[in-house]
This record gives sequence, C-alpha cells and structure tokens, in this order.
Amino acid sequence: MNALLAKTITFLDTEPYRLVVWVLIIVTFVAINAAYLVWVERKGAGRFQRRPGPTEVGPAGLLQPVADGLKLMAKQLIVPAGADTMLFRAAPLLVMAPVLMSLAVIPFGRGLAALNLNVGLLIVFALGPINLMAIMLGGWASRNKYAVMSAARVVSQNVAYEIPMLLVVTTMAMVSGTLDLNQIVEQQSGGFWHWNLFRVWVNPLMPVTFLIFYICMLAETNRAPFDMAEAESELVAGAYTEYGGMGFGVFFMAEYANIVLGCSLATVLFLGGWQSPFGLMPGVVWFLIKMYFLIFSVVWIRWTFPRTQFYGLLNLSWKILIPVSLFTLILSAAMIKILRALS
Amino acid sequence: MIVSEPISPSVAGNAPHETFILNLGPQHPATHGVLRVKMTMDGEYVVRAEPVCGYIHRMQEKMGENRTYAQYLPNTSRIDYLSAMNYTHGFVGAVERAARIQVPPRAEYIRVITSELGRISSHLVWWGAFLLDLGGFTPLLYAFDDREKILDLLEGITGARLTYCYYRFGGLYNDVDETFLKGARQFVAQMRPRLKMYRALVTENIILRKRLIGIGPISAELCRRYGATGPVIRGSGVPYDVRKAEPYSVYREFDFDIPTFPEGDSMARYLVRMEEMAQSLRIIEQALDHLPGGPVMAEKVPRVLKLPAGDYCYAVEAARGRFMVRLVSDNKEIAYRLKLRTPCLSNLSLFEEASRGMLLADALALLGSLDLVIPDIDR
Repeated sequence: MNALLAKTITFLDTEPYRLVVWVLIIVTFVAINAAYLVWVERKGAGRFQRRPGPTEVGPAGLLQPVADGLKLMAKQLIVPAGADTMLFRAAPLLVMAPVLMSLAVIPFGRGLAALNLNVGLLIVFALGPINLMAIMLGGWASRNKYAVMSAARVVSQNVAYEIPMLLVVTTMAMVSGTLDLNQIVEQQSGGFWHWNLFRVWVNPLMPVTFLIFYICMLAETNRAPFDMAEAESELVAGAYTEYGGMGFGVFFMAEYANIVLGCSLATVLFLGGWQSPFGLMPGVVWFLIKMYFLIFSVVWIRWTFPRTQFYGLLNLSWKILIPVSLFTLILSAAMIKILRALS
Repeated sequence: MIVSEPISPSVAGNAPHETFILNLGPQHPATHGVLRVKMTMDGEYVVRAEPVCGYIHRMQEKMGENRTYAQYLPNTSRIDYLSAMNYTHGFVGAVERAARIQVPPRAEYIRVITSELGRISSHLVWWGAFLLDLGGFTPLLYAFDDREKILDLLEGITGARLTYCYYRFGGLYNDVDETFLKGARQFVAQMRPRLKMYRALVTENIILRKRLIGIGPISAELCRRYGATGPVIRGSGVPYDVRKAEPYSVYREFDFDIPTFPEGDSMARYLVRMEEMAQSLRIIEQALDHLPGGPVMAEKVPRVLKLPAGDYCYAVEAARGRFMVRLVSDNKEIAYRLKLRTPCLSNLSLFEEASRGMLLADALALLGSLDLVIPDIDR
C-alpha cells in the first residue's frame, strides 16, 4: 500500500502531471479559503458584535458560502451603459490571476511548493501590483463617479504602501541573503527564537519591520482600517459599485485570496514558515496555524477600528513607515557589515 | 462647469480646473434616509454641497391645521421618530399652555424621565450611525443593545417601541408601574459603566480622534446665522439649551450641566452628545428619587379641546435641538395655524457653508456629526 502511494506520488511529481496537480491544489485551496474566510469573517464579526453570525444555512451556518455563491452566480451580469465592456469584464479576471500565480511559489511545507524558484520573493512582488491595476481598471471602466474616485484612491494608496513594503522585503532579503522562499524558511529552523521576527541580534528592529510589513499588507489588500477603495459610507462600494453577480463575487474572492497570500508571505518571511515553534516536528500544519492566526487578526482589526482618513493614510506611509523602513534597511546593512567584520 | 480660478491644492499646476457634480443620495449609505446632497466636487474636494430636501415631505403642518388637537397628537411622534417623546412633549405643552391646563407633578416627573430616556436612545442611535459613517461597524450593535433596554422599558408603559403617544393633554396616558421604575434604575446603573467603556474603546481611539479633531469647524457665529441649536451649537461653545434657557416642565428642579465644548469641530459635537447621555442619566436618577405620588392626569380636561383665540408657543429641547410648536387658535377645535420649528432643518442648512473646501470623507463626517433625521427636515 505504502509502495503504491509512493509510486503514485513519484508519478504525479513528473512534469506534465505535476503541473495539473498543483494547478488543482492551488485553485482549490484559494476557492475553499475565499469561501470559508467569508464565513470566518461573518462569524468573527458576529462574535465581536455580540451576535451569533450566520446560523441558518447548514450546521453553524457552514453552508452559507455555498448559498452566497449560488446567489451570486444566479444573478444577471450587468454591464452599465457607456462602460468599456472589455475592460469591465477583464478586470475581475485580472484581479484573480496574479494571486493564483503568486501562490505557486509559496512553500507550504518542506518542498511543498508548486515552483521551487530561487527568486520566489521577487515573483510575488512582481505579480502583486497587477491586482491593484485590475481594481483600478474595474473602477475606471465602470464609468461611475464613485468608482473613478475609488480607482484614483487605490492607485495613490498603493503607490504609498508599495514603497515601505518593498523596503521591508529588501531588508529581509539582505538579512537572509537569498530570494528563495524555501531557503528563507530553512534558515529559521529550530525554535521560535530563530524566527526572523525575533532575530534581534541580526537587526534590533526586527519586530518593527514585521509591524510595517503587516500594516502595508493591510493597506495593499484594501482591508479596514485602510479600505479606501470601497469606503462604503463615502463611495457606496467604490470600484465595485457597478459590479453585480459573479463579477463582484470574483473581486470579493480576490480580496480574501490576497489576504491569504499576504499572511502566507508574512508567515514565510517572519514567522518561520512551516517550522514549529519548539524545533520539533516541522510541517505544513504549523504553516497553516500561523497563517490562519494572522488572518484572524486581520478580521479582528477590521471589526474593531473605524476607517482612517485618506490623507491620514498617506501621511502614515510617507511620514512614518517609509522613513522607519529606510532606517531599518540601513541599520541591517550596517549590522551585516559589522557582524561580518567581527567574525 | 469650468471654474477659472484654482480652488484647492488638489489641482496640479496647469491642469484645467474642472469640477463635476456628485449626486449623494437620496439613496446613499451616508445620508441615512432620503436626503439628497448635490455636491460640486473638485477631485476629492467639495466645492459646493447643496442639500435637496423634500423627498419625505408629509405636510405635517397642514395636517395639524385640519384635524383636532387630539387627532393630530400621534403625528408629532412621527416628525423625529428617534426622539418621539420630546416631540409629543412639545405639542402637548403648547396645547396645555393655550388651554391653561395644570399638569399634576407626578405626570411632569414621569415626562422628564421618559423624555430623557428618549434622548439617550436617540443619542445612542446617532452614535452607532455616526461611527458607521466613519467606517466602524461594531459600535452600532453595542449602541442598539443599550437602546433595546430603553425601548423595552418604554414599551412596557406606552405599548409602542418607536412612535410613542404617551403624553396626553393634561398628563399621561397611564401611570408607570413598579417594573418600569425598577427597570429605569437598573438601566441607569448599567449605562454608566457602558459609557465609560465607550470612552475607552471608541472616543480615545487614535483613528477616531484623528478623523474628528479639527475637522469641520463650525463657529458660533455661523450657528447663530443659520439658527442651529442643540448639540451643534453647544459644540461651538454656546451653552444654549432650552431646558436651562427657558425651563419647561419641571426641569428647573433638577441639577444638571449643559456640556459645551468651544472647539466647534466634529469632535466637540461628538463629546457634547456623549456627555449629554451622562447628564440625562443624572436627571433620570434625580427624578426617580423625588418622584411624587398623586394622579397622572389633570382633572376636567374636555374630550374635545377648544383653545381660546391667541398665539401660543412652546419649545422643548429635543435630542437634536430646539423643537418649538407655535399654535394660532381662532377659538375652534382645529388650529388656525400650526408651525413646527424643527432643529434638523436649521442644522442642515449650515452644511453648505461649513463644508466648503472640505474633503469628501470629512464632509460626510461633518454631515454625520450634525445628527440629521430626514423626516424632521422635511416634516
């Protein structure tokens, strides 16, 4: 039996089949996550607000995502008059594609990644901005004033937050000495004090770096308190105002897929990926635990804070995050030099 | 519309200064009802915000002029449905003043208790809705949780949960029972720690403070020009409150403060309302302590009132400001003229001037801080 299993795995690991298998795994992973994170979000919101959340559809409302999905799929797809039909239709596809591609390089466990690229980190950040461009396209193509304003906000918000994010990632690349996500995780093996988050001897500002990364991740995924793109009390539904049915559904799913991607990346870069906190039994379970903990914190923040003001958001980035992340970059560069000179 | 002069720093150098019209409402999440604001925008900056009223106009005044006073009484609680108690108080007070009816003290005390409970519940709705405008969804449900207790209390004595018709010419529909009195005491005891919690969790939140402090300043002069009252003018440093300025009912007998904040920004209006809830609790507590016995209805109030000819005014401090009823009677069963002076219309009219040059999000925070109830604007 075990021999058969091993044989099957080896067979599936050969090139053309491997591709199909991984495409299936990633698409299923994203679909299940997007669907059930909506449930988690609604349940979580319910608990924060002293109400039970969805309970009607299935036990504990567990079939709610299915019902939501069916409802969205049953709806008519409306393209508003005067909208750029092609761009309007293409935007939901463009918003979903880069997330799926980026997830290919994320190592969920030792060797458990679709693509073992030695520039994995680079790929993620090369594909990332396409998603924002897609939201902008969707807003622009809708020919709706709210949507256009939202598109403009998305661009300036993400220009502002891409910079500190990339500075932090550069710091991490310098500290690790590699862009290979597998190796970055391998370096953090053996107990939680080896995780990048706690490696203060490499750079005393490591926790601050993580905080900046986390804030930028919230801003890049357009999550509250930085949800300028769909500030519902100002811009109705922002860039998604004119979208209905599955067009809106895909945008919605992409938001959760992006959160999964962002939290996975934070786990890989700072929380030791699949490494266990005690140095024992590393595995994919640890990765998922850490990732879902981060995702839960994202939900937690959303239902706790009011929305920031737009200029407040930009001020935070340009006046605080960028200088601080620049400083950590220079500091870790200096630390690397000093440590090398000492040894 | 092409504007030739640069309006705001958002317009870069030589770019053509173009504005566009943004139609906010009548169905928009921030306008809470059917208010429509026609906004001329320059990018994210408001050039001119013109409120368009009338979407829920019901001719309340005209209705008051073709039915008897008793028939019109239930209408008054539909003007501002969130502080219905205060509004019926205003109308009942005007008729009582005209007919020279002496209201027994027990009835006056119970009126004060229920009016203040109504004020708290109205402020709680505002608090939740305002934070919703600012993008924080959770406080709304906490506010409604507290409000639920008030509604349950009032339902017990009035039979209604929103549009009460509890006050009658000369007193009250019925006396309060022990359950209500005990419940009211319990509510006061429960609400104080809740207010403390809201201060710690929401008022002191850095994001909220950044969004409110210094945003949407309204000067006392502007308030005076537009006749703004209530928490709006008290947030601009003018201690004008009808309960103190021209005391009605038995408000003279209670010890309470009029919270005023001189800053005039959205935060000041926010703090005024939060502080007012605490003051209302104080009033309720005192009224419960000194609640006199006796009847709750004046004797010999005729079934169909015929007011002596004359011109009568009666003002109350509703949750949103000064609500005044002016009755002109020509000695008939039906008023010759009924004028309702509602606070929200005046409070809204300053929005156009106050919001000039603000960012859209700030302007909507300002709109939220005015605490508008649309049926109160349109009547």
